Amino acid sequence: MRLPFASSRLPARETFADRESLLAKVMLAPAIAYVVVLVGIPFVLAILLSFSNASAGSLSFDWVGLANYSVILGDPTFLKALLNTAVITVAVQVLVVILATAAALTFREVFVGKKVGRFLILLPWAVPITLAVMAWTWIFDSTFSVVNWSLKVSGLMHGWLYWLGDPTLGLISIIIVQVWRLFPFATVIVLAGMTSIPQDVVEASIIDGAGFWRRLFQIELPFLLPVVTVAVLFGVVYTATNLSVVYLLTGGGPADSTHVLATLAFQRGIEGADLGQGAAIALFLLPFLLIVAVGMLRVARRSEVGGG
Amino acid sequence: MSKRWRRVIRYSKRVLTYVSALGFVAFAAFPFYWMAITTFKQNKDLYVAATDTGHVPWIFNAAPTLDHVKLLFTQTAYPQWLWNTLLVVVAVVAITVLVAVPAGYSLARLAGRWGEGLGIGIFLTYLVPPTLLFIPFSRVVAVLGLQDSLWSLILVYPTFTIPFCTWLVMGFFRSVPWDVEEQAMIDGYSRLEVIFRVVLRFAVPGILTVVVFTFTLVMQEFIYALTFISSVGKMTVSLGVPVALVRGDVYHWGALMGAALFTSIPMAIIYNLFMDRFVAGMTLGAVKG
Repeated sequence: MRLPFASSRLPARETFADRESLLAKVMLAPAIAYVVVLVGIPFVLAILLSFSNASAGSLSFDWVGLANYSVILGDPTFLKALLNTAVITVAVQVLVVILATAAALTFREVFVGKKVGRFLILLPWAVPITLAVMAWTWIFDSTFSVVNWSLKVSGLMHGWLYWLGDPTLGLISIIIVQVWRLFPFATVIVLAGMTSIPQDVVEASIIDGAGFWRRLFQIELPFLLPVVTVAVLFGVVYTATNLSVVYLLTGGGPADSTHVLATLAFQRGIEGADLGQGAAIALFLLPFLLIVAVGMLRVARRSEVGGG
Repeated sequence: MSKRWRRVIRYSKRVLTYVSALGFVAFAAFPFYWMAITTFKQNKDLYVAATDTGHVPWIFNAAPTLDHVKLLFTQTAYPQWLWNTLLVVVAVVAITVLVAVPAGYSLARLAGRWGEGLGIGIFLTYLVPPTLLFIPFSRVVAVLGLQDSLWSLILVYPTFTIPFCTWLVMGFFRSVPWDVEEQAMIDGYSRLEVIFRVVLRFAVPGILTVVVFTFTLVMQEFIYALTFISSVGKMTVSLGVPVALVRGDVYHWGALMGAALFTSIPMAIIYNLFMDRFVAGMTLGAVKG
């Protein structure tokens, strides 16, 4: 839809209108070409491969229909990986939202050392994730774990915790590392959102006698909802599709109990050379991504309507 | 009475702020402290079982050493990985800037109403993750004969840097005042001249942001590198350090944590400088700056 005044307001633009539309296309073409050829086509290829028995060894393959899907749906390891992906993704987002809101409320205050503090809490998000995961692998080491030493010395633990060698503790370790790496990002986004809360509304509520919690839940959180949504949506993508944390921390073990879709797809598709099955496993990420895409579109539309 | 009460509340609120801030900082920074102390500890101080409650692992119990650092830089492929990473970063940054900056400008200024939708469309492709694409890409890379070559990474990494950076640049150009360009066109410059003479000068901070975020996105990448690259000499830092600093079954934790530390510090500093622009891009305009 074209607004009636849009063109008459800028006469200089009108003069170049024809060349502009050509220029727009020329400038956009490389980006669109890259995205179509190297995201669009591989995406379609992923779907096609999941219906084939393609292997890494040879380039020829046959169509096998839904065989890959029926194999993985009858495979307890796959079902466990699907469940783990969902559990980890949801648990991490809940913890991240709580921690990030608390951290943002803290870092909104004025205090000594705030700049250094902000720099330090940003560290987990800034550094290459694989290197940070190696630090955590060392922290959770079965023999040398500093966490175990500290728990033992403080008297909180009497036995021994094999963080990465136990199915439940393994999942907890993965969740800890994911929360650690994502909460700084969410904190910064929520902090940015807090600056957009109209101060007169907050002040009016204080004059009306609203306490801290009432202000938080009835005024600030509703204003923060769009930014928190954005943080959660990115968080879902980063958690659900992540390979490196699980691959390096537990390797899916012990006994395949901590696999997620990404690690299982890699194990079957690349290490096991069964591209078809790997592709089928990875495609189960689509529901997670679809939810995110719909959410993003809603946020984008709302912010456009709210004040362009 | 009530005045005193209010003071108590104010003081406890301050204390609570400091305690909370310290708690978050401790949680965030603890692994980096651990990297640092591990890097400079002697092996006899490092490899003491955690069951030994008399040996405090949080501090240096023996004099600090540079042995692990020397090992890392002289006897491992770490310097080679740094070099490989630099090559990939430079190439991917060049491709991303050349493709994403014009696209972002076009979407912000030239494309009109359909630019909005197209911009969101390009951004959504950022949500198609490497985890979905690494299997078909392993095929594509094999067909092109690029296995175990840095070229495979240079070809594939722009698939996530271009969508993201196009979006960042679009937001950037929207925030640059339009009247300067308009004035230049009224002065008789053509659109293309305006872009080269006026817009690019304004665009420097935006382009710099693209460079920084392409750099950090490439540094973070793991799954494609793991899929395409198999020989140690061709690895990037984020692949080589976790995968290839293992001798047999033995981790060289001192050298490994050293590599993590020396790679992380410059990244953290650069990131901190550009965080605000990054947030503006990520929040899709849900936050008005």
